[in-house]
Amino acid sequence: MLMEHFNLALVDWSRAQFALTALYHWLFVPLTLGTSFIIAIMETIYVKTGKDIWKRITKFWMVLFAINFAIGVATGIILEFEFGTNWSNYSWFVGDIFGAPLAIEGIMAFFLESTFFAVMFFGWNKVSKGFHLTSTWLVALGSNLSALWILVANAWMQNPVGMHFNPETARNEMVNFWAVLFSPTAINKFLHTISSAYVMSAIFVLGVSAWFLLKKRNQALAKRSMIVASTFGLIMSVFMVITGDESAREVFRVQPMKFASMEGLYHGQTDAPLTAVGFFTKTPKPEAPNANEWGPKIKIPGMLSYMAALNTHAYVPGINDLIHGNTAHNIISYYERIKMGKLAIAALKEFQLAKKAANDSVARTALKTFEANYKYFGYGYYNDPHKLIPDVPLVFYSFHTMVGLGLLFVLIFLLTLIYGLKGKLPVKRWILYVALWAIPFAYLAQEAGWMVAEFGRQPWVVQNYMPTLSAVSNINQTSVIITFFLFGVIFTVLLIAEIKIMLNQIKQLKDGGQQ
Amino acid sequence: MFGNLSYLALQQYWWAIIALLGGILVFMLFVQGGQTLLYTIGKTETDVKMLVNSLGRKWDLTFTSLVVFGGAAFASFPLFYSTSFGGAYWVWMIILFAFILQAVSYEYRTKAHNWLGTKTYDTFLFINGLIGTVFLGTAVATFFTGSLFSVNAMHHSFWQSPYRGLELALNFGRYATYVNLSLGLAVFFLARILASLYFMNNIDDETIMERARKQVMKNTIPFLVFFLFFLINVLVMKGFNYDPVTKIVGIESFKYLHNLLAMPVVLILLLLGIVMVLWGIFRAAFATEKCGKKAIWFSGAGTILTVFALFLTVGYHHTAFYPSVFDLQSSLTIQNASSSKYTLTAMSYVSLLVPVVVAYIWYAWSQMNKTPITKKEMEEDTHAY
Ligand code: HDD
Ligand code: HEM
Ligand code: HEM
Repeated sequence: MLMEHFNLALVDWSRAQFALTALYHWLFVPLTLGTSFIIAIMETIYVKTGKDIWKRITKFWMVLFAINFAIGVATGIILEFEFGTNWSNYSWFVGDIFGAPLAIEGIMAFFLESTFFAVMFFGWNKVSKGFHLTSTWLVALGSNLSALWILVANAWMQNPVGMHFNPETARNEMVNFWAVLFSPTAINKFLHTISSAYVMSAIFVLGVSAWFLLKKRNQALAKRSMIVASTFGLIMSVFMVITGDESAREVFRVQPMKFASMEGLYHGQTDAPLTAVGFFTKTPKPEAPNANEWGPKIKIPGMLSYMAALNTHAYVPGINDLIHGNTAHNIISYYERIKMGKLAIAALKEFQLAKKAANDSVARTALKTFEANYKYFGYGYYNDPHKLIPDVPLVFYSFHTMVGLGLLFVLIFLLTLIYGLKGKLPVKRWILYVALWAIPFAYLAQEAGWMVAEFGRQPWVVQNYMPTLSAVSNINQTSVIITFFLFGVIFTVLLIAEIKIMLNQIKQLKDGGQQ
Repeated sequence: MFGNLSYLALQQYWWAIIALLGGILVFMLFVQGGQTLLYTIGKTETDVKMLVNSLGRKWDLTFTSLVVFGGAAFASFPLFYSTSFGGAYWVWMIILFAFILQAVSYEYRTKAHNWLGTKTYDTFLFINGLIGTVFLGTAVATFFTGSLFSVNAMHHSFWQSPYRGLELALNFGRYATYVNLSLGLAVFFLARILASLYFMNNIDDETIMERARKQVMKNTIPFLVFFLFFLINVLVMKGFNYDPVTKIVGIESFKYLHNLLAMPVVLILLLLGIVMVLWGIFRAAFATEKCGKKAIWFSGAGTILTVFALFLTVGYHHTAFYPSVFDLQSSLTIQNASSSKYTLTAMSYVSLLVPVVVAYIWYAWSQMNKTPITKKEMEEDTHAY
């Protein structure tokens, strides 16, 4: 089947639906991941010191945690089932590998979370102090374990390893579980994502506390919370920058097209400069990728090469080099890959027919051809390599938004920590305003990060093997359009309710003593 | 340990796990059943609050059981996952929407400024209770009665009804629809019975005890009618077998009866399960109060056994567990729908965690249940829903 044979509108609606639900889910998950730890730290301080104020602090953040957790769960269930409902061809093609982490996530993580969540929340007067604290830590552990497994699954789509294509069942089968779990992409993804989630939660705690200080309310609680959050946030934000940088290198290695798009790099070069800030004046389209024009742009010489390969002189291929190939740098052109992909697809058909006809020798030669070309299997669905370029400006802007904000957050934590330790926070009102306003930007950075990762890999659902358009379920487009709007409406209604409840909980908090 | 098992043995092992998860899920649907009884058993605001809080400590576990059921099906029988979820699109979407509504409702229902109002959230809970039970039960019945789909050589599946699965419950011209619906309704009434038993077990309140006991009796009659209708149909109906050598799927009269007779252990489990469910009901309705408090354990364990046995009946003994009445040869069996041997083996090691999970859930529950829910607690606890 060729690209033209797919119902592209169906694919687009399905993508839109997945994007909508995933982006919604991700509004809540980072806060769960991070505050669960922050709360556990606070409760530990309470148990260690026995001071009542720490119990009140713990309980306050726990309420916000629970409000956020509920809607996180509501938006999460749909994602898991969407692989089946909307990407059913994908589910068969990779289910042998991709299903495992999802199942493990459920068994290992979700039960842990949901069991001890109930203890943590309702057990204050029912179980011992020690058991309660343990439960709080187990919730933190559970939520972070769930992140691990889902991110392993996602990393595998970006960098498929540990599998072998079985031509008889027409699917990829797992041959090495450990390769899937410990793929460098998975490790980076996990470390970067959870550290970014901790950063976001720290910003959230910081911002809410700053608001209390601005309003001169709950000052004892706010000052203490700010110190916990700044310390935690500073450490994690540094870690986040390091792992983000490491992720970029990994992207360069396994998804060079995504990397070139992140930087809007069309022509490859050695000593490549990093575009720190830049704007496109004309938006390039996949059909005409060279039609872009760069407007104002600030560059850092050699930095991109350094980022890609830890060497300021290294060669970084641009989008054009990938499409047209570059013999000097050993890059096989996309035209070549498309040819090989078509050979693989044809050979697979031939193999299956020969098998049916019990013609062993034909089957064997077909299999040989297939295996020689399988590496570029997915390219065979296309005729025009320009269709294999992601939306460059979207990826570029998302990436730069994320990185810029990330560096800014490090600075914010540093300042709040210094002023916090000096006890000057209540008088430095400007930093309080900065902390408060950082909250929406932390959310923005989170969403931007996923846009880089997910739009940047288009049009692949599994890099190099499976294009998004062949992953979709065989359903009618109208159904998907209806569910898209239903999700949009329901999630938005629930989000508004969540925000209202959350804001009210914060506003109504009574002064919790001033020791 | 699992490395030495044959491919078929692994497939059977994983089918048993799916069956067990299915059983646990149906038992845990007592949360949904309870949500349909909030205003039947609860007459005052405090009554309702006690009921909601009693369920509110368990809802996430039911939810998680559903999620894990899906995940385990994906990992072990991916072709089932892609065929059923991608095919019966609307059935699953409706179920999912109902669960989305549930997930926020406990937490938000009594919070100040919750925008939609307590009544709306309670309605969400009711909707979830109704749809969650009836639709899931109906969906399970199709394992016996079949659906309309085909699967091609690339293992792409195509649903053959424009109603996307809704026809399984709404095509009243087909006899199988009544069988499907009867299981859906049986699950609904069973969930309400289990919920009443659960309330009796952990709420310390005279009037609620009495009303819950009444509900047990009221729901037992429709439950029995629908369940027996389903069971008798299953025993006499034609079923879907496949030849273990040629893999060709065919139709066999009294297939499920034959399966039960050929696998006496499964038959015993099924009968034992049904007896235990009824014994629990009997104790709650007619025995002492102390017996009533323990009744949930009998009916609950009985539910798990019954569902477990039904799943084994439809999956083992050369039976197509997800039959297609559109194209017989597209029917799914535990052999043609499963993951590779490697994946099943790897996942089997993971399954060793299940007893650990059950153990800590048990421990945490028993710690929490030492003190039953009372009016007094509801008034004092600031975290209460
Ligand atoms: C608060 C949020 C946040 C912040 C400030 C940053 N990141 Fe990030 N980033 C994420 C949140 C995030 C994320 C949402 O967690 C992503 C999306 C997918 C993923 O794996 O993590 C991500 C992805 C992501 C990717 C793509 C990985 C892929 O495509 O698989 C790269 C290259 C970076 N990040 C690099 C950075 C760098 C160099 C940062 C320097 C400051 C940075 N990020 C800050
Ligand atoms: C929660 C954080 C995530 C966000 C915000 C996110 C975002 C997105 C977006 C924006 C798209 C649409 C891309 C496009 O079609 O152009 C998408 C697609 C998709 N994502 Fe993610 N994603 C997230 C996590 C994941 C994870 C963890 C997985 C896998 C385990 C995953 C699997 C997919 C799949 C299968 C698609 C549909 C096919 C495709 O469009 O490529 N996503 N996601
Ligand atoms: C697109 C792929 C994703 C799927 C299929 C998915 C699935 C789910 C499901 C089914 C739940 C509800 C579980 C319950 O019963 O408690 C959930 C919640 C959760 N998910 Fe996701 N998820 C996805 C993306 C992510 C990512 C990328 C992360 C972390 C990095 C994540 C972390 C969590 C956490 C921590 C929870 C618990 C509660 C909360 O959301 O606040 N999820 N997810």
